[in-house]
Amino acid sequence: MRKYLLKRIFYLFLTLFIVATVTFFLMKLMPGTPLQNEAKLTATEKAAILAQYGLDKPVWLQYFIYIGGIFKGSLGLSFQFSDQAVSYLIGSRMGPSMQLGGQALVVGIILGIILGAIGAIRKDTWADRLATILSILGIAVPSFVLAILLQYYLGLKTGWFPVAGWEGFAYTILPTLALAASPLAETARFIRTDMVDVLSSDYIELAKAKGLSKFGIVYHHALRNSLIPMVTLIGPLAAALMTGSMVVENIFSVPGIGEQFVKSILVNDYPTIMGVTIFYSALLCLLLLLTDIVYGIIDPRIRLSGNGD
Amino acid sequence: MADNLKDIEIKPGDFEPLDKTAGPDNERIAAPSLTFGQDVWRRLKSNKTAFTSFIVLVLMFLIAFGGQAVYHHDPNAQEPKYANLPPKIPGVGLHGLNGHLNQSGKDVDVYAAAGAGKDVHYILGTDYLGRDLLARIMYGTRISLEIALIATLIDLTIGVGFGILSGWKGGRVDLFMQRVIEILSSIPQLVVMVLMATAFTKTGMASIIAAIAITGWTTMARLTRAQTLQLKNQDFILAARTLGESAPKIAWKHLLPNLSSVIIIQTMFTIPSAIFFEAFLSYIGIGISSPQASLGTLISDGQKNFQFLPYQMWYPAIVLIILMLAFNLLGDGMRDAFDPKSKR
Amino acid sequence: MENPENVIEVRNLEIDFHTYAGEVKAIRDVSFDLRKGETLAIVGESGSGKSVTTRSLMGLLAPNAEIKKGSIMFHGEDIIKKSEKDMQHIRGKDIAMIFQDPMTSLDPTMRIGMQIAEPLMKHKGLKKKEAVAQALEMLKLVGITDPEARINDYPYQFSGGMRQRIVIAIALVCYPEVLIADEPTTALDVTIQAQILDLMKDLQNRIDTSIIFITHDLGVVAGMADRVAVMYAGKIVEYGTVDEIFFNPQHPYTWGLLNSMPTLDTASGSLRAIPGTPPDLLDPPTGDAFAARSDYAMKIDTEKQPPFFKVSDTHYAATWLLHPDAPKVTPPAEIVRRQKKFAEMQKPEAPFAHTASKE
Repeated sequence: MRKYLLKRIFYLFLTLFIVATVTFFLMKLMPGTPLQNEAKLTATEKAAILAQYGLDKPVWLQYFIYIGGIFKGSLGLSFQFSDQAVSYLIGSRMGPSMQLGGQALVVGIILGIILGAIGAIRKDTWADRLATILSILGIAVPSFVLAILLQYYLGLKTGWFPVAGWEGFAYTILPTLALAASPLAETARFIRTDMVDVLSSDYIELAKAKGLSKFGIVYHHALRNSLIPMVTLIGPLAAALMTGSMVVENIFSVPGIGEQFVKSILVNDYPTIMGVTIFYSALLCLLLLLTDIVYGIIDPRIRLSGNGD
Repeated sequence: MADNLKDIEIKPGDFEPLDKTAGPDNERIAAPSLTFGQDVWRRLKSNKTAFTSFIVLVLMFLIAFGGQAVYHHDPNAQEPKYANLPPKIPGVGLHGLNGHLNQSGKDVDVYAAAGAGKDVHYILGTDYLGRDLLARIMYGTRISLEIALIATLIDLTIGVGFGILSGWKGGRVDLFMQRVIEILSSIPQLVVMVLMATAFTKTGMASIIAAIAITGWTTMARLTRAQTLQLKNQDFILAARTLGESAPKIAWKHLLPNLSSVIIIQTMFTIPSAIFFEAFLSYIGIGISSPQASLGTLISDGQKNFQFLPYQMWYPAIVLIILMLAFNLLGDGMRDAFDPKSKR
Repeated sequence: MENPENVIEVRNLEIDFHTYAGEVKAIRDVSFDLRKGETLAIVGESGSGKSVTTRSLMGLLAPNAEIKKGSIMFHGEDIIKKSEKDMQHIRGKDIAMIFQDPMTSLDPTMRIGMQIAEPLMKHKGLKKKEAVAQALEMLKLVGITDPEARINDYPYQFSGGMRQRIVIAIALVCYPEVLIADEPTTALDVTIQAQILDLMKDLQNRIDTSIIFITHDLGVVAGMADRVAVMYAGKIVEYGTVDEIFFNPQHPYTWGLLNSMPTLDTASGSLRAIPGTPPDLLDPPTGDAFAARSDYAMKIDTEKQPPFFKVSDTHYAATWLLHPDAPKVTPPAEIVRRQKKFAEMQKPEAPFAHTASKE
């Protein structure tokens, strides 16, 4: 198990190194400098600004400085906010993003499990069909459409929830719902498929033969066996949430990383784009590693396999 | 279990031995034999949802690619004086389709207010530049579908090629190729896309297609590899190998046909995901740009006026949702249809 | 109950499956009794309906199955008419079941002690602690070595034979009156098979349970069963004591089964497979379903269903060959050899009287 972990951590760093390298050179291909109002600046002023960002050095040196900086936790300076470090920018915006992401994940997964389980247990009934329709809509309706609709109908028109901003829990409700739709749908589909399989397995037949009630079978046997593989879904769900957060945060004016990312893209703030890219990749890599470890802990079938069963 | 012999009526000749040669062939298989394709098609047809989705998709394709032959309106022709006109279908009095709008509590005939003559009508209204929304939606749908289909095709080629190679070669090659996939799939797909889309020319179809195709193929590769590994050791492949057929020929003649169900099903899910990502990129402003249109840019444009002219976003959004729904439902139906286990 | 000795009486059972190709008539008028303390073997090839029959005793038929006719009497009550809730009180407590594949019939994510304890908690209302303590006793009984150390293990930590012992422990933990064993040894190695069969016989004596033993393997039946019912195409075609079925079989299908079973006495080259395939139960043939594959088929076999003809008080067979007017036929050589042996066994002083069960 330890050997496996070390290997995984090595690949994690390798992945991040590749991401950083590719990102760096992609950004170098692009036109644009931190110089705004270029025309008004004198040559010395320009040189001073370029030097501030380290852009006066040759590209290969910039690359080593950048990679070296990552190890020290530095991701360079933002073009847009002249004197802000990208790492600070990300740090200050992490809170709202994490809160929204976490809430959406919890809401989505819990509702998704319920919906998926209902679908599997009541397979081919109206309840199953309703659950299927809900989950397929969650996949078919893009988060930005859902966000706009929620904002207008539940915020603006009815006044039930705040329309935009970030001033307390009430402000998180609509963006959370908009973000939760996709994990909800994915979870529901996953659980339904998996549980239909589980429910037709021999050990469920044996559980029935023991005389257990329907609830007992689902609760003690089916759910547990379906939830374990669910863990592997958390990585992809988190990735989908990052995607969603970019537009949802934007629409609801949530001061999060996703909103910043979109802004940076639109104003060519390359250091921030690079920084957020590396941050997102690192987050996903860590989550994938974590799910692997958790999977190993909760699934008795593979718990000991690392020790050579 | 009574053996009441008296109740049994025996006719003479009843105990004659049966002539087996004349009797029904006991090796006969009762169910009619169907080819794999026929079986899949028949089961798809019996799945109402999937079949409806199939019909809907065919219609959408026809309208998107052939609609302009019937509906002669330039999607890019601007008519500023007719900007933001609501939908109007001549002869329909239904509110929302009669060219009237509710403006600060009053019902206003917007067409009359804009000075449009009796013969001016836009079936789905106009956008903020006075462009015909129906024409733009047809055009945008076509662009979205083109991008999604081309990206999926590339995605499929890379993924299937990679998967077969990795699974077939095995050993070190496989190990290396698996690492590549592992690394690629631990990078958030969207981040790569955004980078690609920003890095290369910033606009235009090619960069979006490249962005979607480059990140999408890993799932396909993984599925193909798993299936190839399974098939590789099956007898019919071993037989072909023993008979000395070349590896490419085996891959083409024996492997691909058996991989086809996995590939087709996965494709059915790749297409909507490509449609989604295109819309997404265009929505945040790094995809298709004006005067070109896609469903994403149309939704983004429509959103600006959503409060007053909700139809400008609703219509392209509905088209997008129907496309996504139909592809996903068809994909589900295909998966059931291809799965011999689910034979009921 | 017609007979106080009987634990279960099945009468005229008919079960259809609604499939997408049509109605599959899986069980067509099946009747049998299970007596107290006996082992009844139901033998037949796959698809003959033996598993469906026993599932119906448990009330565990697939959702697309429909019981068209008949009754299953247990303690004077018809199981078919019972609600799901009532059945839950019978399952695992009065009627328990062992499944074919021990590799898949245990929940991979639950400790085996808990899996054995579950029926006790459900049916005897025991607390978890007491139930697990009894589960430990049960583990000892089924011969798991070092049960204290292993009670908290997960199924993957056991071999196939050990897992089947655990499945047996689960089935017997409430001391059920009836145990249904659905091909309990088919998935196991031959050496393990014998151990499991011995264990089942041993436990049957200890806890005094009746066993319905389903198998397609006649070789397993000989050492295990008291009585045998042979099923073909959803019907019982012949039933009797083990000796009667093994040494005085009457139905051509039973002949075919015995003919295809190797024994030490089998003359070399006389092992024969039954030609053809079982009929399609979507549209079962009129008359004797086996006629199409039988060398002894007569015209009436394709027209009328044969009733059960009495061979002895305990032995009945549904074949027109037993009709008094039917021509006398000579069964295959192997069957003739067996019938000779049977004739000798019938004499009280016969030296072979008890060899049957060792066959």
